[in-house]
Amino acid sequence: MYPAKFKGKWLPLAFLSPTLLILVVFLYYPVIQTFILSTYRVAFLGLRKHFIGLGNFIELAHDPAYYHTLLVTAIITTAIVVVGMGISLAIALLANQPIKGAPIYHILLIWPYALSPAVAGVIFLFLFSPHFGTVDYLMSSVTGKSLNWLGDPTLAILLIIMASIWKNLGYNVVFYIAGLQNINTEILEAASIDGAGPWKKFWSVTFALISPMTFFLLITNITYSFFDIFGMVDIVTKGGPLDATNVMIYNLYRDGFEYYRSGMAAAQSIILFIAVVGLTLVQFRTSGRHVHYGG
Amino acid sequence: MSKKTRKELLTHLALIIVSLIVLAPVLFALAKSTQTRAQVYHYPPILGPGTALVDNYRAAWYNFNLGLYMKNTLIVAGVVMFFKTLLSMLAGLGLVYFDFPFKNAIFYFILFTLMMPTEIMIVALFKLVSNIGWGNSYLAVTVPFLASATGVFLFRQHFSSISPQLVDAARVDGAGPVRFLFSILVPMSWNTIGALALIQFIYMWNQYLWPLIIIRENTHQLIQVGLRSMTSQQDVTNWGIMMAGAIIAMLPPLIIFILLRQQFTRGFALSQEK
Repeated sequence: MYPAKFKGKWLPLAFLSPTLLILVVFLYYPVIQTFILSTYRVAFLGLRKHFIGLGNFIELAHDPAYYHTLLVTAIITTAIVVVGMGISLAIALLANQPIKGAPIYHILLIWPYALSPAVAGVIFLFLFSPHFGTVDYLMSSVTGKSLNWLGDPTLAILLIIMASIWKNLGYNVVFYIAGLQNINTEILEAASIDGAGPWKKFWSVTFALISPMTFFLLITNITYSFFDIFGMVDIVTKGGPLDATNVMIYNLYRDGFEYYRSGMAAAQSIILFIAVVGLTLVQFRTSGRHVHYGG
Repeated sequence: MSKKTRKELLTHLALIIVSLIVLAPVLFALAKSTQTRAQVYHYPPILGPGTALVDNYRAAWYNFNLGLYMKNTLIVAGVVMFFKTLLSMLAGLGLVYFDFPFKNAIFYFILFTLMMPTEIMIVALFKLVSNIGWGNSYLAVTVPFLASATGVFLFRQHFSSISPQLVDAARVDGAGPVRFLFSILVPMSWNTIGALALIQFIYMWNQYLWPLIIIRENTHQLIQVGLRSMTSQQDVTNWGIMMAGAIIAMLPPLIIFILLRQQFTRGFALSQEK
């Protein structure tokens, strides 16, 4: 009999009930409410609402501004995933070398895990301020041109991307180092004996063996770009200039809490929810062993 | 110099350069946090320490209320960290050491909430919590966060890897499940507990959107939103004080991270491979 058990039918439910109660009241119930709310048009600061079925979704589907929001989210997410994870893997490979003082380097490379998007945002906002920011000084003294990082749409997106990648670096590096340490070195030695060069060894052995980790990080980086980015955008650009950095979560917040169009905001929540469920299902199918470290 | 030592030196060099690049924004913030307004706006920029260290940190702490927000956030993050770990442990105990109907269904019911980050249901949650009458209170920023699918998952994995004979031994000794949990399982679970506590503390410390909308009264506000109001309060922002605020706000999670780093990687490795 494995594993041995305690007796009792109600006792385990008593142990589980606090968790279940909170999940039902504060997660399942609001999600169901969000679905219901998404079928209503709410007007006059939430005082009047009437049922419109899929009306909110149809309105979103015909709204060029919402397509712009989707596009901005896609651009920022892709950049964070591809560039951020690429840099993180390179750093992890470097930090995984057998070398004296490796644990100290590890701390020096993974501490940004403790950073918040808001702190990262405040620091980058100052670094890149037009006219007196240090980056602007350095760049204008080299190129002779002063760049307006907060006023130019493309530069503002770039700024959000850079700050987000920096903030998420520690998290990615922690998991990549853990993944690299779990690789059996005998496989790499065998590949060397078979005459594989370092480049080939990396792609066909190391990269292949850490692909479950890459996949896990892919999902967490996407959810990071969807949700955690809110603090960054709110502090650095407030969605601007000209809505250039108005990502989905920021647009949702504005509709829900600045314009009080809660039905519209709920519809956008549903779109985000479907995206997250889709991604998570793919993750479970491909690598059920991996844990999501979120809330 | 042999080829090997040269390669090692190059690796050291590369690691030092990369570490410095990663550290640079914070070193910059640290330097600026000590400068007066004139020193901050000086052209070319001064990258060394200035003369306003005490003034800036004092202003951030008292005038911009960061001291108060720190206290609030420490309470909130501490309470959530403690109870979330406890509730997850109890749920793990129920799932691993008992047999009961619909056990798997209940586990998947818990696991499914991984797909429901707070941000997704923010409008409905806001309505719910306001209707209960918790708007503006610590209850609003603690209670909804006390259950954790990640935590239940971690403890379920970890408890399943502990030898089942222990339960028999506990039963022979006459210990019930609660004593079994605290005198046998807990001492064997410090890595998992540490890993979860660290993740949850940082997660709560960094809460931004939810306190922004649900907490309206300044006296109950949390640190990230406090930082936000610093940026909007000042017309011509005094960036020295602002950077002092950023440094203050990042210290507690950084300290906890450095203290619990080992548990974090070990607790994580367990759940990955077993």
